[in-house]
Amino acid sequence: MTKTVTDVICPFCGTLCDDLEVVVSDDGKELLEVYNACAIGAEKFLHSQAKDRITRPRMRQEDGSWKEISYDEAVDYTAKMLADAKKPLMYGWSSTNCEAQSVGSEIGEAVGAVMDNTATVCHGTSLIAVQDIGIPSCTLGEVKNRADRILFWGCNPAHAHPRHMSRYSIFPRGFFTGKGHTGRKVIVIDPRPTDTASLADVHLQVEQGRDYELLSAFRIAFRGEQLPDVVAGIPKEQIYEAAETLKSGRFVIIFFGMGVTQSLGKNHNIDIAIAVTRDLNEYTKAAIMPMRGHYNVTGSGQVWGWLYGFPYAVDLSRGFARYNPGETTSNDLLRRDEVDAVFVLGSDPGAHFPFSSVKKIYDRPAVAIDPHETPTTEVCNVHVPVAFVGVETGGCAYRMDNVPIETRKVVEPPEGMMTDEEFLKHVLARIKEIKGE
Amino acid sequence: METVTLTIKNQPELFLEAETIAPDAFAGKKTEEIADLTVYVGRERHRLGDFFEISGKAGATPEETKIVVNGDLSRVKYIGMKMTGGEVVVNGNADMYVGAWMQGGKLTVNGNVDAFAGTGMKDGELIIKGNAGNYLGAAYRGDWRGMQGGKIVVTGNAGSDIGTFMNGGEIVVGGDADVHVATHAEGGKIVIKGNAKSRVGGQMVEGEIYVLGSIDVMMPGFVYREDVDVDMDGIKGRFALYEGDLGERHRKRKGQTIYAKLYQRIEA
Repeated sequence: MTKTVTDVICPFCGTLCDDLEVVVSDDGKELLEVYNACAIGAEKFLHSQAKDRITRPRMRQEDGSWKEISYDEAVDYTAKMLADAKKPLMYGWSSTNCEAQSVGSEIGEAVGAVMDNTATVCHGTSLIAVQDIGIPSCTLGEVKNRADRILFWGCNPAHAHPRHMSRYSIFPRGFFTGKGHTGRKVIVIDPRPTDTASLADVHLQVEQGRDYELLSAFRIAFRGEQLPDVVAGIPKEQIYEAAETLKSGRFVIIFFGMGVTQSLGKNHNIDIAIAVTRDLNEYTKAAIMPMRGHYNVTGSGQVWGWLYGFPYAVDLSRGFARYNPGETTSNDLLRRDEVDAVFVLGSDPGAHFPFSSVKKIYDRPAVAIDPHETPTTEVCNVHVPVAFVGVETGGCAYRMDNVPIETRKVVEPPEGMMTDEEFLKHVLARIKEIKGE
Repeated sequence: METVTLTIKNQPELFLEAETIAPDAFAGKKTEEIADLTVYVGRERHRLGDFFEISGKAGATPEETKIVVNGDLSRVKYIGMKMTGGEVVVNGNADMYVGAWMQGGKLTVNGNVDAFAGTGMKDGELIIKGNAGNYLGAAYRGDWRGMQGGKIVVTGNAGSDIGTFMNGGEIVVGGDADVHVATHAEGGKIVIKGNAKSRVGGQMVEGEIYVLGSIDVMMPGFVYREDVDVDMDGIKGRFALYEGDLGERHRKRKGQTIYAKLYQRIEA
């Protein structure tokens, strides 16, 4: 016999779908099937059942091979590494729950670490812009029920957030949007003809790296001022027309992704996109939202925002929180040799950071906490496998619109495996012992 | 004026945070007391004397104190931070935050500086005889009051984000500048003697920019008004005057909208 668990939360992307159905064996030890999830989400659940899964911590030997160690030994190594360092970097925090993030922050305070999450190479620039000029935003529920003008700027949800368009942005029939996609106008701004662009009513193929100029042109068009003949590769007639389409909507939502947050200008692109949203509110209702990637990167920003006042790149080395992206961000710290130990949890910098940064992780004591074997675990001294959050343990996660959703445990982890939170609690206790508190 | 000379003898393992290298911290102190001032490497506290050879003595007040720092300071942050008077001379390259939140006095660097030099500067003079990094004279993160006054002169090139949220003072760059000049500025003056790239004056409300060389891509919000002759502070020639940023808010004076001004030289 099997049983079906309904209303399961998907711990993959920031869309945090909450309608999955998971079939598990009667004893709750085996996960058999996943329904309603996208291909990536389903794979995340099914991968927890991999037969070759690593279930015990490992330490790198002199000859480069791995040796299995106990959780106690891993706790001891991690605690000593962090307590010995003058300025350790504690990076990741995006694929775990808020409970683990909170314990991790306590460790960071105890050892004077720099706490940084994946926003550092993702939407951190959006957070800078929000701090500079504020943000008029909304929830995905409002988008579904009200938005009739959808603008995707530098993002491709068809691949990165596969169910976003069907659940919230293009296709759903909501309270005031009963006609579904036929009642909505979709504009995509992207230098590439993406799969998302193929679904759009209008695709403006902006010249690479000229988003700032095009956004500025929208502001000029809203005010009815004169534009040059061509801005960012787009003829002015098309800009005036798109501006009119946005102004004529009842509710405009702008979604943006890494195409603008990590291309030339970074935070300034978001800054001016927020200004565009603010301008639109002179004519209609408009909101803007970052397409957050990891399922709980928003949550780590929430936890640190609440604890320290800053959402990422928080330097606790001198006992109070300092924040300045460009200095306290992971890649700057690594490449400039500002940190002397690296702790990674719930992220894979080995795959996503520039090679020059990854080499620096390899060059110093490093520990990776991750259910999977990843490029990061390959450059670390100790790899601690843990239970999957949202599959084998629950906990709080924040959706991309800052709505907290409690994830659910659907299956038992392999015998004797720790969760992120349990492991961190042990490390914290050991650090307190070392420091004689 | 009394002079204190610091010569770096030990390089820090990581980076040295030395906001105490400022006339305000040195004033009225003996050499041994200066050596006892606190500096940080990561979470560890150290004495300034652990890293620097110190000689000479300080004046009674910051205004009467001159500090000369010698050696490779490319791993030393915060030199001259928040200084209110006196003089600092750095003979070598320095790291981030040179003269950040400076309120007075004169700071000269005979070398290059990294990012955030002159962040949130209020007054005084910051002279960099070399290149400057990004965020020269910019606002601190989230602050809408950037540089308020004083003068920054860079003889070499400057990085991106010069004078973000600037609303007073002057920045002169002898060479080229990277993207984003005077973004969000509400006042002040920036002179770029070399070339600028793009996003010059984006979201600018008020203030002046002079570019003597080329601008790769002009912001769509800047419109050409007229050609004008300029002759001031050694800048001479015929300039094309643009006004903008049309997409941004602007106040009115006597019914006239006040725009930011961008002058580009067309003839020396």
